[in-house]
Amino acid sequence: MGRYLLRRLGFALLLVLTVSSASLLLTHLAPGDITSEQSLTLDPAARARLRAELGLDRPLAVQYVTWLGGAVQLDFGRSLLYARPVSSLVSERALNTAVLATVALFLATVIGLPLGVYSGSRSRGLGRAVVRVLSIVALSVPPLIGSLALVFLAARTGWLPVGGMTSAAGFDSTWADWLADLARHLPIPALALALPLAATLERLQSQAIAKAVHEPFVAASRARGLDQMQAVIRHAWPVSLRSVLGLYGVMIGALFSGSFVVEVVTSWPGLGRLMYDALKARDLYLVAGCAASGAFFLAAGTLLADVLLAFADPRVRSEEAR
Amino acid sequence: MTRRAALFVAVLTAMSLAAPWLAPYPAGQGFRDFLHAPPMRPYLEGLAPVVHPLVLADRLEQRFEADPTRSVPLPWFGGSGDQPVFLLGADNFGRDVLSRLLYGARTSLGLALFATLGAVVIGALLGAWAGLRGGWVDEAVMRVADFVLILPVIYVVLVLRAVLPLVLPSSTVFLLVSGIFVAVGWPFVAKGVRAIVAAERDREYVQAARSLGAGQGRILVHHLIPACSGHLIVQATLLLPGFILAEATLSFVGLGFPDPVASWGTMLAEAGNYNAVARFPWTLAPAVAIFAIVLATNLIATPGRES
Repeated sequence: MGRYLLRRLGFALLLVLTVSSASLLLTHLAPGDITSEQSLTLDPAARARLRAELGLDRPLAVQYVTWLGGAVQLDFGRSLLYARPVSSLVSERALNTAVLATVALFLATVIGLPLGVYSGSRSRGLGRAVVRVLSIVALSVPPLIGSLALVFLAARTGWLPVGGMTSAAGFDSTWADWLADLARHLPIPALALALPLAATLERLQSQAIAKAVHEPFVAASRARGLDQMQAVIRHAWPVSLRSVLGLYGVMIGALFSGSFVVEVVTSWPGLGRLMYDALKARDLYLVAGCAASGAFFLAAGTLLADVLLAFADPRVRSEEAR
Repeated sequence: MTRRAALFVAVLTAMSLAAPWLAPYPAGQGFRDFLHAPPMRPYLEGLAPVVHPLVLADRLEQRFEADPTRSVPLPWFGGSGDQPVFLLGADNFGRDVLSRLLYGARTSLGLALFATLGAVVIGALLGAWAGLRGGWVDEAVMRVADFVLILPVIYVVLVLRAVLPLVLPSSTVFLLVSGIFVAVGWPFVAKGVRAIVAAERDREYVQAARSLGAGQGRILVHHLIPACSGHLIVQATLLLPGFILAEATLSFVGLGFPDPVASWGTMLAEAGNYNAVARFPWTLAPAVAIFAIVLATNLIATPGRES
């Protein structure tokens, strides 16, 4: 287990390094830089001075090595767009994305798993049919479409505020007010992210349960006098969880891609939006910092999911110990 | 259900190909007096479907009223150009949403189909090569595939697209974006193909073919690729909606096709403004189209569930 973890960690570090370096270099190769945005108001001499000041006139290799040297010490340079250190900016926004992603994952789990257990343990009936139809519909509402539809609904009905993470109510509000405000802004982006994931979970859980209820130990527990409901929940469900848990590692990636578009649609101040703004402004170090942070989250999430799976399933544990 | 869903996708593709004949107006034609005109409801007058023409009631509020005293035949039934008919409303430039939806399907579906085909072909070839040759080829191809699979896809696509000049001719954007999609999509195909080929290459029928003198290429094309066809179809139905969405996302944030080009993503970009979308819900039409096609591909991909 220890060696396995170490190898996975090494791989994750390599991923973070590659992704951030590649995005830095690629963004550098792109035509224009941060000063070309202001080139209309700047005369060439002032622009050259600004570039020199920001260190953009040095050769690429020098810039890259300097950046890499800093990155190793967790200093990712300064954002030229926001005139702030990249690390504080990125960690602030990454936290917002993490809040959104965690709530969405939680919602997907509490919606998807119970429905999956329900539909998987029935062989017929209206309830099962309804769940299946809802599930295939939800699966076909990707975050882009879901967030647009929910924003439309909110704009039409005025039930929930649209846009941003909190209202611009001011700084004197208390913690409780702030939390309540956040809770009112969360449902739209979180639901848009969670719906297709919930459907995916429901389908997998349903298949897994349908397979597990035919296991002899479920029949045995029925024979001992447990009713169907208890037999399913106590005996079939824990066994079926194994294949469901395997999905969480994959879902982290979906959550990540989905959260970018949801952040853009609902103006959620997260990592995806920051990366997008940075790319548009050709803010080299910010792009690299966002990419590094994104890759880190992805790698950490996948790793966490794998470790959870290893704990839940002794077979995986022994396989990977080898 | 699977058949019907497949039929639906086929019909939609055919309609998008026939867009120049089906669409009432060219994709770029705007009617200045009909910005954000609402959808007109068609009804039968005798045997001919007609609509009541809209009259601008208030330019400031962009409020329109139907004129019940006059009726205009639908464009396919001899409507004239000076009195436009918007069955799905008009957008912020007074362009017919229905026409743009049809032309947009050409762009969006065409791009997604092209990229899916590319990813399936390249993934199948690389996967088969890795599975057949084994050794370092196998190792190298699969390591690269694994690496691409765990990349934060959306960031990679964003960076790759943003690196290139933002304003490009739409044919260049088409090739470029599909190239990026193929680059991130092929490993999904290659991994499965490699596993199947590696398992099948020593089976009796392959040995029989080999002993009859068939070369590697023939064995690959005639025996091993057909063995993967199920996997290839499943992967294609998974990649297609993903690519449709990816194009919509890129164009939505302004990194895909430039605005005058009709694509479902560029059309949605307008619907992203929530003040506009509440007042002009018909601009969400491409979202419905995307939902329908993703639903159809999902139904194709999961036939076994009903049994």
